[in-house]
Amino acid sequence: MKLAIRNGRVIDPASGRDEVADVFVADGRIASVGGAPSGFVAERTIDARGLIVAPGLVDLCARMREPGAEGALKREMRAALAGGITGVVCPPDTDPPLDEPGLVRMLRQRSREAAGARLYPLGALTAGLKGEALAEIETLAEVGCVAFAQTGSLPHDNGVLLQAMRYAKTFDLPIWLRPVEDTLAGNGVAAAGAVAGRLGLPSIPVEAETVALHTIFELQRATGARVHVCRLSSAAGIELVRAAKREGLPVTCDVGIHHVHLIDVDIGYFDPAFRLDPPLRGDRDRDAIVRGLADGTIDAICSDHAPIGAEDKLLPFGEAAPGATALETLLPLVLKWARERDVPLVAALAKVTSAPARVLGEDTGRIAVGAKADLVLFDPDEHWRVTPEALASHGKSTPFAGYELEGRARATIVGGEPRFQR
Amino acid sequence: MTASMNRNPQLNAHGELHHLLSIEGLPREIIERILATADSFINVAEREVKNVPLLRGRSVFNLFFETSTRTRTTFEIAARRLSADVFNLDIARSSTSKGESLLDTIDNLTAMQADMFVVRHASSGAPYLIARHVAPHVHVINAGDGRHAHPTQGLLDVYTIRHYKRDFNRLVVAIVGDILHSRVARSDIHALTTLGVPEVRAVGPLTLLPAGLGELGCRVFTKLEDGIRGADVIIMLRLQNERMRGALLPSAQEYFRNYGLTPEKLALAKPDAIVMHPGPMNRGVEIDSRVADGGQSVILPQVTFGIAVRMAVLSIVASSKAMQ
Repeated sequence: MKLAIRNGRVIDPASGRDEVADVFVADGRIASVGGAPSGFVAERTIDARGLIVAPGLVDLCARMREPGAEGALKREMRAALAGGITGVVCPPDTDPPLDEPGLVRMLRQRSREAAGARLYPLGALTAGLKGEALAEIETLAEVGCVAFAQTGSLPHDNGVLLQAMRYAKTFDLPIWLRPVEDTLAGNGVAAAGAVAGRLGLPSIPVEAETVALHTIFELQRATGARVHVCRLSSAAGIELVRAAKREGLPVTCDVGIHHVHLIDVDIGYFDPAFRLDPPLRGDRDRDAIVRGLADGTIDAICSDHAPIGAEDKLLPFGEAAPGATALETLLPLVLKWARERDVPLVAALAKVTSAPARVLGEDTGRIAVGAKADLVLFDPDEHWRVTPEALASHGKSTPFAGYELEGRARATIVGGEPRFQR
Repeated sequence: MTASMNRNPQLNAHGELHHLLSIEGLPREIIERILATADSFINVAEREVKNVPLLRGRSVFNLFFETSTRTRTTFEIAARRLSADVFNLDIARSSTSKGESLLDTIDNLTAMQADMFVVRHASSGAPYLIARHVAPHVHVINAGDGRHAHPTQGLLDVYTIRHYKRDFNRLVVAIVGDILHSRVARSDIHALTTLGVPEVRAVGPLTLLPAGLGELGCRVFTKLEDGIRGADVIIMLRLQNERMRGALLPSAQEYFRNYGLTPEKLALAKPDAIVMHPGPMNRGVEIDSRVADGGQSVILPQVTFGIAVRMAVLSIVASSKAMQ
């Protein structure tokens, strides 16, 4: 289909472009920006006057719950499109875990049928995610896994992690790790500190993150494996990543959007919507996250979306499932961060478009001639109230329920095809 | 984060105590009113007819998701002396084992015309979830949630201290033992600091002290001798059996050597210092029998006062207007 998007404010973080221009799309790719290619006859024209035209968001972590929950993928993909997200990385902590080529093929097939955002599956690093034996990661890469992850925490056995890194390095495959040392995190449900102490909540010390990072970096020095660190939460952890990058280790990292805004005090009177993993930490940690985003230590922001049913959230804080629905609030919360911290729009959008695409090594997240036409159109000043029941996702629990936010997707285009319009 | 979750969920729009969930955030006047009301009930216990009709026709459900004979019994006595209809549910062994959720249980009991729930639960914050969920006329009393709070114990402890020491403004109070896991310690600290006790001390090994004691207004001591020197009140905490051996403590014997209150150590406190314990005691672990049964122990009066304080809480909460 030939598509013309007229008069929008085109923001392309990869090139720094920010100007009102027309975008022309043909055969699923950007044909030109500015003047129409010769002989271009649009089959469809979208008037984007007053809207921003940006690359579709690339979300480095969104749980789709398939395999496991039948029909979940289709529903969550709708939520992704409603959030202006055109690419989602799915972690392998499904039921069963994504540790077999057959499962990955099936998931990709269902994703094609769902016609939502592009799916980037993460394969399990170890069989059953048990942290004991390696999964067939080279075969999994062959069928479409973009990287290999251990979810939750590092493998309990450092020897397994060392061998996994060596093996991944053999095939130059990236490993994605949560910087959590399970023996220190224990059964904690809140960040160690005054809030957890006062509320009497079992706590997770910051050392659970820093010790894990020391382990990761030391084993990287030994193996040269490429690692993406998922969901940093602490000032101390960010400082370690900063030093590792300065040293030249092949490492990238992300944070979840909620940790850009919230701290442990916001838990208030045990509100289970604020039970997140990693737990919310203090204001010093949040400020360090904001600084880490500004200086490039933190590459990307993800939604860390978890579609949790009401029955798993209507529980005492420590028993509630950790996580929040976030696909549909990622874009407005990025805009909120940009406004509150005076981050230029181009730089803010980079953290959810070009930067995560670079982490993935995918040719997306930019508006350039020849690139995949994955786009979002939005009005950055459109006010809307977060009404959980109105969200497309199965997950309704968000710390931002009832909030007035600004900006949301009016149209989401994947591969040149408008798949969502509001 | 909704507005209702930010407001103190214990108070109604008139500032009245509608639920008792924690002492944290309670205005001093409410605490003082509870203590004064308890005074009036102390005499009830000494009368021939021990009952007053304040809660006649009301249904109080004791919901103990964690077993505790002692606390449940004192709540039951308090409610009966107020002429309430009391129902004890041993939830630990019934509905939740059949897979019914906490809030389903609450809904079912509300349908049985419950007016008040007295809740004990192993998870910190569980009574807040229940209080947010119940109908506007229903009251929730926290009888102990996880490590978080045990507000009626905190209130009976300050009642006891007031009985023996009269004035809070000059006291040094030492709380000794497993503060990390103790809901009693947290409630005591909030009650004492709200009432103006100038020095509240937290005493224990670093493995049993939570973060943030300074923010709560405590001075921290790791040596028992330093922590109780010159104290007016010593509150000894119970050491749970499962903590006596492991990564937090090597043995009950070593704990007693360092933190057990003996007559020799008690001599470091003020001569008229009182010794308290929320019970049940582990004699020879946190406290020497000579201290527990000695002249400075007020452990049994604590239990007696506990009934009057719980009567005060039940009657005050029951008289508040419905939540908006």
